[in-house]
Amino acid sequence: MSGGTKSVGQRLWARRDARWSLIVVGIYLAAAIWGECVYRISRQADRTPAYNRVDETQRYLPPAPLRWGRGEPAYPGVSAWAYPLGSDNLGRDVLARVIQGVRIAFHVGIITSLIALPLGVILGCLGGYFGGRTDSVVNWLCATVASMPGLLFILAVALVVGPGLAGLYFGIGLTTWVGVCRNVRAETIKHRDRAYVQAAQVLGYSHARILFRHILPNVLHIVLICFSLRFPSAVATEVFVSFLGIGVQGEPSWGVMINNARLRLWQGVWWEMTFVSVAIFALVMSFNQLADALRDELDPALRTGA
Amino acid sequence: MTRYLLLRILEIIPTTAGVLLLTFTLFHVVPGSPAEVVLGKNATAESLALFDTKYGYDKPLLSGNWAASRALARGAVIAPNGTVPLSFPPGAGVWRLTGRSSEKWAVFVRVVLRHSISGERETRRVDAVAGRTCGPDWSACITIPEGAVAEAITVEGAAGAAVRIARRTAHLFDSQLFHFLGGLLRGDLGESSDLGRPVGAVLREGVGPSLALTVPILVGGTVLAVLFGLWCALCRGGTADRSVLAVSTLLMSVNYVIWVLAGQFVLAYKLRLFPIWGFEHWTYLALPVVIGIASGLGRDIRFCRAAILDEVDKPYVRTALAKGLSMQRVMFRHVLRNSLIPIITYVSLSVPFLFTGSLLLESFFGIPGLGNVSLNAVHSKDMSVVRAVVVIGALLYQGVNLLADLSYAWLDPRVRLR
Repeated sequence: MSGGTKSVGQRLWARRDARWSLIVVGIYLAAAIWGECVYRISRQADRTPAYNRVDETQRYLPPAPLRWGRGEPAYPGVSAWAYPLGSDNLGRDVLARVIQGVRIAFHVGIITSLIALPLGVILGCLGGYFGGRTDSVVNWLCATVASMPGLLFILAVALVVGPGLAGLYFGIGLTTWVGVCRNVRAETIKHRDRAYVQAAQVLGYSHARILFRHILPNVLHIVLICFSLRFPSAVATEVFVSFLGIGVQGEPSWGVMINNARLRLWQGVWWEMTFVSVAIFALVMSFNQLADALRDELDPALRTGA
Repeated sequence: MTRYLLLRILEIIPTTAGVLLLTFTLFHVVPGSPAEVVLGKNATAESLALFDTKYGYDKPLLSGNWAASRALARGAVIAPNGTVPLSFPPGAGVWRLTGRSSEKWAVFVRVVLRHSISGERETRRVDAVAGRTCGPDWSACITIPEGAVAEAITVEGAAGAAVRIARRTAHLFDSQLFHFLGGLLRGDLGESSDLGRPVGAVLREGVGPSLALTVPILVGGTVLAVLFGLWCALCRGGTADRSVLAVSTLLMSVNYVIWVLAGQFVLAYKLRLFPIWGFEHWTYLALPVVIGIASGLGRDIRFCRAAILDEVDKPYVRTALAKGLSMQRVMFRHVLRNSLIPIITYVSLSVPFLFTGSLLLESFFGIPGLGNVSLNAVHSKDMSVVRAVVVIGALLYQGVNLLADLSYAWLDPRVRLR
């Protein structure tokens, strides 16, 4: 660990790969907030938001730069900067829809984390700290959930809960806490017999206080790493499930957009597919880079050794 | 050693129980009424009840002598003339009518039976008995003989009161839980509601094509990943290492859906290197296998590289090199053998999924495997098939894990001594 006095943020910023990832994630975050605002405002005003506005006369417009210099007759009534990334089969703006996709992706990444992280952290802390029978129960829960066949189990949860985001949140959230739990548990075990914990025990502090005031802050970096690892995988799962038509309904999730675009791809309408793919790729890629960098900085034991 | 083996084998009992419990909860408790999930909210009570009877959802969840029936809607009330508003005529069996009378005196129940063969009607009178609390609660047992239905039920002396109906089960353990467990024990996985065939037969047909797809993916992917991992370890920190690492992060970040769609579009449709769709000849499998390997390669390379680098730093490697052994020899004879242990663990975790197949690859390339079957089942809300694949996948996972652990005990003396 270089520069012990610097904060994690500073150390990350000092790394070139991590800096770029942070910038990209920042841009996505801004897009997600923008998308949320557009969504809320248009719902408040009770009008069709821009990303869902159908315009039959403007179907399959290529991205703006490709339209320049082609003359007016080919694309009548479209200004040079309208539809910067083209339009889809119903004349909807691809850019606006991609931004809404960012919004959905962040929803999924954050809400599933809010389900999975507390579950994993609490169970992992309890199992690691108390050991014995508590640990056996935690291990049993982990082993049970881990044996479920991943994607199919998520699909089954979504099927049972019904199509929509709720099923997706529960499906992903309730199946992906095992990794968090195992890592937190292993880290808690390392801390359990340290001097500062023993001192706290001698002082007569309650178990809850020792666990959550003393040990938890020392294992929180694991939680940060887990979050950066599971965020992109939650997004990828959402794309997959929505692509199958079981996830998001009525909103332009990336998976829904890919499913829309895939048939027209064969007829040469490449832009919707391409831009969605690039959007997913850049987000997942920068989160993966960020996870690597975080792991290098925070947890020397897990270092990838680059 | 024996003790370790026994303990390890005993360990799978609670986990298997957990898996069964979780599956049961997911498919029987959470949906409330699977019939409503499958048939929709607007289905008639009779069709829902037929569905329930066919797939065993009309039994009590855990155990019990009485099972709720759809013959009476929830919160049904006896009409002023005493008629009970039946949704459909209850068939043969023992039924129990319970309610609370609005008046103090005795309640009489009259049942109009219709024999389906002769078509003749007969009216029976059943005395209601006071409930346990001796208050206004009453219940009446109606026995409907084989081949007859209760066309109408009238209750005297309790107009305007709420009434419920329940069916007597065959025995205390004639429940959904025991039905499910018993079916699994017998190897009977129920009937597919979409295909109308036994689930076992559907799954058996799918295993072959799934294995034909997933085994080459697993073998090819693992071999490639180990080779790249070794290469990275050999020139650690160099340009080759860093570029392989960067490329594997790139590969890892491409969404699986994109791999499948873009692979099919570019390689099969645009370049015409592979057939697009079908399952007739081995060439049809080539493209899905390539895509399957490519989509998992990034993750696998990173894992193998980390596992091999873990070993490279150990003192025995330094000793071997100091003795004058060549780098190649040390890498292949010493490092690779030791780093194979975590790699085999990693690979063994994906063995159960060989059987359940690949959801997307199979449906996009028209391979009639289990992945295709399960995806269709999810789309057509075919609960029995999805449930069967989930259970089988989870049980296989247990089995493979057990085998992996037992093989360590056999391979690695340190495990035995623990």
